[in-house]
Amino acid sequence: MSDVNGPTGQTPASNGPEDAAAGTAGAESAPGPTTEPVAGAGAASAGGGRRVRVVLVDDHRMFRTGVQAEIGETERTGVEVVGEAADVDQAVTVITATRPEVVLLDVHLPGGGGVEVLRRCAPLMADARQPVRFLALSVSDAAEDVIGVIRGGARGYVTKTITGTDLVDSVFRVQDGDAVFSPRLAGFVLDAFASTDAPPVDEDLDRLTQREREVLRLIARGYAYKEIAKQLFISVKTVESHVSAVLRKLQLSNRHELTRWATARRLV
Amino acid sequence: MPEAAAVPLDDPRPPRKLYRSSDGRWLGGVARGLAGHLGLPVIWVRLVFVGLFMADGLGALLYAAFWFFVPLGVGGVDSGRTPAFTTETAPDGRRRLVARKPDRGQMVALILMVVVAMVFVGNVNLGGGARAYLWPTVLVGAGVALVWRQADNARRARWVEVGRRRRTLTLLRSAAGVLLVTAGVSGIFVLQGSAAHLGSVLQAALAVLVGTALLAGPYLVRMTQDLSEERLMRIRAQERAEVAAHVHDSVLHTLTLIQRNAENANEVRRLARAQERDLRAWLYKPEGTGKDEADEPTTLAEAVRRNAAEVEDKHGVPIEVVVVGDCPLDEGLTAQMQAAREAMVNAAKYGGEGGAVQVYAEVEGRTVFVSVRDRGPGFDLDGIPADRMGVRESIIGRMERNGGTARLRAVPDGGTEVELEMERAEKTS
Repeated sequence: MSDVNGPTGQTPASNGPEDAAAGTAGAESAPGPTTEPVAGAGAASAGGGRRVRVVLVDDHRMFRTGVQAEIGETERTGVEVVGEAADVDQAVTVITATRPEVVLLDVHLPGGGGVEVLRRCAPLMADARQPVRFLALSVSDAAEDVIGVIRGGARGYVTKTITGTDLVDSVFRVQDGDAVFSPRLAGFVLDAFASTDAPPVDEDLDRLTQREREVLRLIARGYAYKEIAKQLFISVKTVESHVSAVLRKLQLSNRHELTRWATARRLV
Repeated sequence: MPEAAAVPLDDPRPPRKLYRSSDGRWLGGVARGLAGHLGLPVIWVRLVFVGLFMADGLGALLYAAFWFFVPLGVGGVDSGRTPAFTTETAPDGRRRLVARKPDRGQMVALILMVVVAMVFVGNVNLGGGARAYLWPTVLVGAGVALVWRQADNARRARWVEVGRRRRTLTLLRSAAGVLLVTAGVSGIFVLQGSAAHLGSVLQAALAVLVGTALLAGPYLVRMTQDLSEERLMRIRAQERAEVAAHVHDSVLHTLTLIQRNAENANEVRRLARAQERDLRAWLYKPEGTGKDEADEPTTLAEAVRRNAAEVEDKHGVPIEVVVVGDCPLDEGLTAQMQAAREAMVNAAKYGGEGGAVQVYAEVEGRTVFVSVRDRGPGFDLDGIPADRMGVRESIIGRMERNGGTARLRAVPDGGTEVELEMERAEKTS
């Protein structure tokens, strides 16, 4: 979430693969690997020999090309884009064929949206040996969209304005099984779990603990995990486990009105 | 003349088209509609109708004909457009009024009708035999009026947000109308001296009715379904058109500007952000339409977003806003918003190069918390240079004067954070 480098204004290479093509077709713009320190949460330092296989699912070719250009230089980022897809059917096919570790998933897709992809890839997600994990990437501001994909099984949600560095960082974090919350998502979740008069169906799942609430608040205020850890005098790992716990509650809570609550602004 | 009014509904409104008025009507809105059309006071038209009624009931016939043929309009609104979202959606108070008014008007109308009927009976010399048929006829007329009136209401409820009436009431009224008509018709039969056959006649009539219902029922059901479906499609199409118009106007305009300012990266960024915000506001607002720029925000979330947008536009630094909860603005909160705006301006000016400014606002119980954080170089609070006295005055001073608190702190990893807290005023409602 932190941003030190400023927006990387790379122009996307215009020769991106038209459809689901495996392999990297990113234009080699920088010959020498520019060793820039990644100012993420410090969980994973890119270029440290780590690799992650990624599939991009987005119906806008221009956007896919842009992301490919920003994160797809495997030498520099450690991200290997093994496939792309532009709609639900294609996505399911490509994901099943390539078995990536992380899927960057757009919320709005022709053929049923990101939620449909998640639904049809559920067995792959549940695979114990090599689970496919999803990170939602969207321009949407609608709470039902965002919370919908999270409830569908995505491990996080980031907006498309995210910088390449942060995106790489988020991908590695999802690969580790952690959750990635953008400030906006944190806000939605706080709204959804706001204290309502409705009694919780399941005390464990329908309420956030004080600590979880504090963590979410700091995320919503734009803090990176590392900064949250400092602020609350806990370790980064603890922060991550809190966020993962929130994600679990979000996915399992029986409050079927969750999205509705998040959508309707509470006027206190 | 009535036929002239029976044109297809989708016509663009020709000048001076005759409609029945749905507001302030007593019975069918005929008199009012006519008065509006002719530019006469309503009372005159009504008097004319009553006068004509004396003339062998001609007025009643005329009125009925008008009622039947002239389409109902909403105070001169083109009924062909079926405005699902009229701009004149009545506020709650008026809505109740609208729902109650016809009832009262109807009572008045009924009483008046009875009175007029009495006069009519007293004055008009019908043939001795025909005289007896009068009451049943009046009954039938009243019944028909009731049912038609109900149909009008049903029709009107589609356009005007009339408070949803209970279905039972609707059914009751229609049933009462049908009952009146039946009674009247039976009365006529009885008078014709075929009382002995009444039972069998009724049975036969019932059989015919049931048969008709069986034959025509499916068609009717399908027709209503088709109609409602068609209405839905029309509303959808209208919404689509609205989106298209909006996108067309503002987005294309912005894209043109972006191309024209291609060399000026800051300006391009600013334009793109402004357009994005505008589009988002328009797409994700619950009512689906962006708010008018002119009116003052009334709730906290709105105010925060508005301020952020203005600062963003002015200083060209992206400001990310997250709001949790919402509440109406009061005096203290307005001051807090001004302080927050000041903090945003500072963050954009002095911390903008570190990336986006993050604004977070939360309403929790009685407390409203706002934080503004940037990732700029930060500054030493004790050594605030003279030119930044503004911080002391416009942020800290303002908050404290209004009973709130403001804290400025340097964030360990760079940047500055301003935290503003304010208690909300007790509810005065």
